[in-house]
Amino acid sequence: MTTAPIADRSTAVAARATELSKIYGQGETQVVALDRVTVDFRQAEFTAIMGPSGSGKSTLMHCVAGLDTFSSGSVRIGDVELGSLKDKQLTKLRRDKIGFIFQAFNLLPTLNALENITLPMDIAGRKPDKEWLDTVIGLIGLSNRLGHRPSQLSGGQQQRVAVARALASKPDIVFGDEPTGNLDSRSGAEVLGFLRNSVRELGQTVVMVTHDPVAAAYADRVIFLADGRIVDEMNGPTADSVLDRMKRFDAKGRTS
Amino acid sequence: MFRTALRNVLAHKARLLMTVLAVMLGVAFVSGTLVFTNTISSALQKSSAKGFDHVDVAVTPKWKDAEGDQVGKRQELTKATVDASARVPGAESAIGVVGGFAALADKDGKLVGDGWQTQGGNYWGAEDPRYPLVEGRAPTGPNEVLVDSGTVERAGYRVGEPVRMSVNGPLLEPVLVGVFTTDDGNVAAGGSLALFDTATAQKVFGKEGTFDEIDVRAKPGVSEAALKAQLDKALPKDVVETRTGGELAEEQAEIIASSMSGLQQSLLVFAGIALFVGTFIIANTFTMLVAQRTKELALLRAVGASRRQVTRSVLIEAFVVGTVAAVAGLLGGIGIGMGLRSLMGMLEATVPDGPLVITPGTVGTAFAVGILVTVLAAWLPGRRAAKIPPVAAMSAVHAKATTKSLVLRNTVGALFSAAGVAVVLWATSLDGPDGQAPMGLGAVLLIIGVFILTPLLSRPLIAAAAPVLRLFGVSGKLARLNSVRNPRRTAATASALMIGLTLITGMTVMAGSLQKSIDKMASEAIEADYVVSMATGNALSPDVEQKLKKLDGVTATSAMRNAPSRIDDRTEYLTGVDGTAFGKLTDFEMQDGSFAIEGTRVVVDDGTAKSHDWKAGSTFDVAYEDGRKQRLTVAGVYRGNDMFTGIMIDNRTLAPHQADPADMLVMVKTADGVSDAVKDRLEKALGSNPAIAVQDKKDISNEVAKVFTLVLNMVYGLLAMAVIVAVIGVINTLAMSVFERSQEIGMLRAVGLDRRGVKRMVRLESLVISLFGGVLGIGLGVFFGWAAGELLGTRMPTYELVLPWGRLAVFLLLAATVGVLAALWPARRAARLNMLQAIKAE
Repeated sequence: MTTAPIADRSTAVAARATELSKIYGQGETQVVALDRVTVDFRQAEFTAIMGPSGSGKSTLMHCVAGLDTFSSGSVRIGDVELGSLKDKQLTKLRRDKIGFIFQAFNLLPTLNALENITLPMDIAGRKPDKEWLDTVIGLIGLSNRLGHRPSQLSGGQQQRVAVARALASKPDIVFGDEPTGNLDSRSGAEVLGFLRNSVRELGQTVVMVTHDPVAAAYADRVIFLADGRIVDEMNGPTADSVLDRMKRFDAKGRTS
Repeated sequence: MFRTALRNVLAHKARLLMTVLAVMLGVAFVSGTLVFTNTISSALQKSSAKGFDHVDVAVTPKWKDAEGDQVGKRQELTKATVDASARVPGAESAIGVVGGFAALADKDGKLVGDGWQTQGGNYWGAEDPRYPLVEGRAPTGPNEVLVDSGTVERAGYRVGEPVRMSVNGPLLEPVLVGVFTTDDGNVAAGGSLALFDTATAQKVFGKEGTFDEIDVRAKPGVSEAALKAQLDKALPKDVVETRTGGELAEEQAEIIASSMSGLQQSLLVFAGIALFVGTFIIANTFTMLVAQRTKELALLRAVGASRRQVTRSVLIEAFVVGTVAAVAGLLGGIGIGMGLRSLMGMLEATVPDGPLVITPGTVGTAFAVGILVTVLAAWLPGRRAAKIPPVAAMSAVHAKATTKSLVLRNTVGALFSAAGVAVVLWATSLDGPDGQAPMGLGAVLLIIGVFILTPLLSRPLIAAAAPVLRLFGVSGKLARLNSVRNPRRTAATASALMIGLTLITGMTVMAGSLQKSIDKMASEAIEADYVVSMATGNALSPDVEQKLKKLDGVTATSAMRNAPSRIDDRTEYLTGVDGTAFGKLTDFEMQDGSFAIEGTRVVVDDGTAKSHDWKAGSTFDVAYEDGRKQRLTVAGVYRGNDMFTGIMIDNRTLAPHQADPADMLVMVKTADGVSDAVKDRLEKALGSNPAIAVQDKKDISNEVAKVFTLVLNMVYGLLAMAVIVAVIGVINTLAMSVFERSQEIGMLRAVGLDRRGVKRMVRLESLVISLFGGVLGIGLGVFFGWAAGELLGTRMPTYELVLPWGRLAVFLLLAATVGVLAALWPARRAARLNMLQAIKAE
């Protein structure tokens, strides 16, 4: 299940967070979700963000993906600074530059698989790139089920459609929020395989939040968060090495 | 279970708010109607009872002869009767009363008040106890008059100045010599009262030497009943009737109550419609609440609640909602009652003062209606809740409607609709009144059928809107898909709007067609240039015709008057006309014989001819109102219509038998035809009397139009409530949909749909649902309007269907506006949704 990191990797940065902080509440009840986090997500790299619950891993992803606002610091997607954007511009940025895969509820039940895949382009009023669309659909292997409604697809198939949607608009970066959290291990492996292939074969940039060491092992790099700070980083992870690292959090959690 | 239900109500406050609002509006309408009519009715009764304070016993002439028939000489009360009454030992005093209609003009020459409210009477002697003077003195002689204080104030009269007035045509200009106050119920209700001295009053009202009534006052210590007994003994039994003041007040109260109950009932019909529409919203809300709570209810079942307990918990919830709505509605209704009263006070119609009347019946009705309607509407969703299997607690989200039940539903709906259409079509082939009952039945069947079928109809009709929605890009597409996603819910929401629009459209089509046909009838049958009548609708003095006849340029005139008679032991009204001129003034379609009215030759309409089995040449005996008999010959049979009908006889034949001839109207033809100058000349010749209306055909049709417009506007106003309730329904459905789909909306926002797009999506869905209801409603309304017209058409030869396209377009626009307005709040909510919370929410 392990993969050697690609040696010859582009060093261009797809997204970057600098001194990023997110604080909820005020005074006594103040909670620091992110504490001056600085991190780069390089192009054509598959990054996993891990950490115990409450470590801020989802918050980090949401802030970088323009889904959530942050208290201080800066976030750049490509050369766009997110902090200065209004809701409307953020929405446009998400539509054109970012792909999303959520844990559940990725698809509109009223649209069929193909319509779901092209939804971001439909919203933008753009025609999808036919060749690219075929490539993506070929990648997820659902070309014979494109006319089906989500309710007629299995959970794994639905998530594969979600992956295709995330990739279809050729975004600069794809974010996954526990994309395999609701799937059995076989379907999960398939979805993760597609994500990795999209990085390898199509040069896509993917950032994924997960709590599953097996899922993290698909990534090129794992970032570990605890208490809103990046505490560790691992290149070329394996399920075992990630699990070991995670166990140290648990031990620390128990002793502290 | 009660606690669970109560918790649920509190937990879903916001969602139940709309339900409460819908029920509340209906209840407020009902209780407002009751409060208003009760208040007015009690105030009128109090003031009319006060009006009888000065009467202990009233003596009136017998109207009916020995056989109890109205035709026959009316008995008369004379000065001798008054004196005889006053001489009775128990009598303190006796007042002869004479009265009639008297139209007054204000300072600007405009009529004061409406016909039935403008009364005239006599001031008895030097000091009439009925009418205490506040200014001036008693009238003496033909040129002096008193007017009630309210009217004096409104019309701006001053003592010492002449008052322009008219009783039956000729203009009178007596001088105002005094102002009085009165408890007269009619005056309290906003009418006017003008008083002459007794001799003048008798002359003006055409009752020389006679009285309408004698009011007798009892000596102290003599009871009403005792006085009545004495009077009964003293006065001839076959001439007079006596009633005590108590009886009179009671009679009056009954009349007021019955006239009020008519108003009350028609208002309650509209309240019922609003409530009916409300039931859709309640049923919809509870269905959605049950669907949203599937897991919760299943959990209750899993931990041991019985089916009945689950149903009951839903019903208790409905009960609580209904009670809250009833209380709020009752309060609202009291407010409406108060508001209506002060609104009427602000308009011309003064309403007698009195306390606001809130009877236990009103309170009871409000609660019964609010609670019953809510619980009944929640009953089906409650039963559905009970059917949720306990295992649903573990499985995924909302229970979906099975297609099987829609198949059954569509079959039932199609049967109902087909039966409804068939019965309505069959009814249109029937003759007038015979078709009414079947048509009503058919209409009900069809409406029920369409209700049941709306989920099925929603798909093709909404699909038809797809090309338009495509213009709005992905928002339009999603709106269309969302609106057919839950056909039952869309159907129930649209149906609520449909009812109101069906009624509005049906009424409009019918009224427009009727108006057109009456217009046509008038213009086809009337050849006269002008029709002269009292603006108040009272009778004209024959002097008016005489005056018009003598005018230069007038080529023909005919008065029309009504006279009761007996033919074949039945009371028939004869229409007296000028036999020689009438033919030139009208144009009738003759079915038999010729149009000849002269001496004993008369013409009759087809209906009357049929009922008596007459044709041209038939003869019959008639007994006139003075009791004398004559044999008449049918010269011809004409086709009757709503304006001209009955037996037409020459006035010269009729006049000798009439004690008090009075004309309904006078038709006039002039050499110069219709022009402002001619009209002016006619009006001048009649003394520029505001009480007399000189109308050409156009004026008449304008007047008809005015009546129809007034009635239509009232109906629109009353049906507006049903539309408002329907708007609440649309808001409710959208709000629930937004709530249910928050995850989807969050996802759409995340993948790049901006706030405007989300708003547009919700708005378009609302528009689609509303227009769907609008199209159905307008379609049904046109069908019913057409069908009702076919029925009317059998009695109205000039009837033709008029489709008011402009209005129909306005109604469709109204439906669209409803959609846009209803979406305002839900769309904002959807756009403001917090993406992250929405996506994560379970």
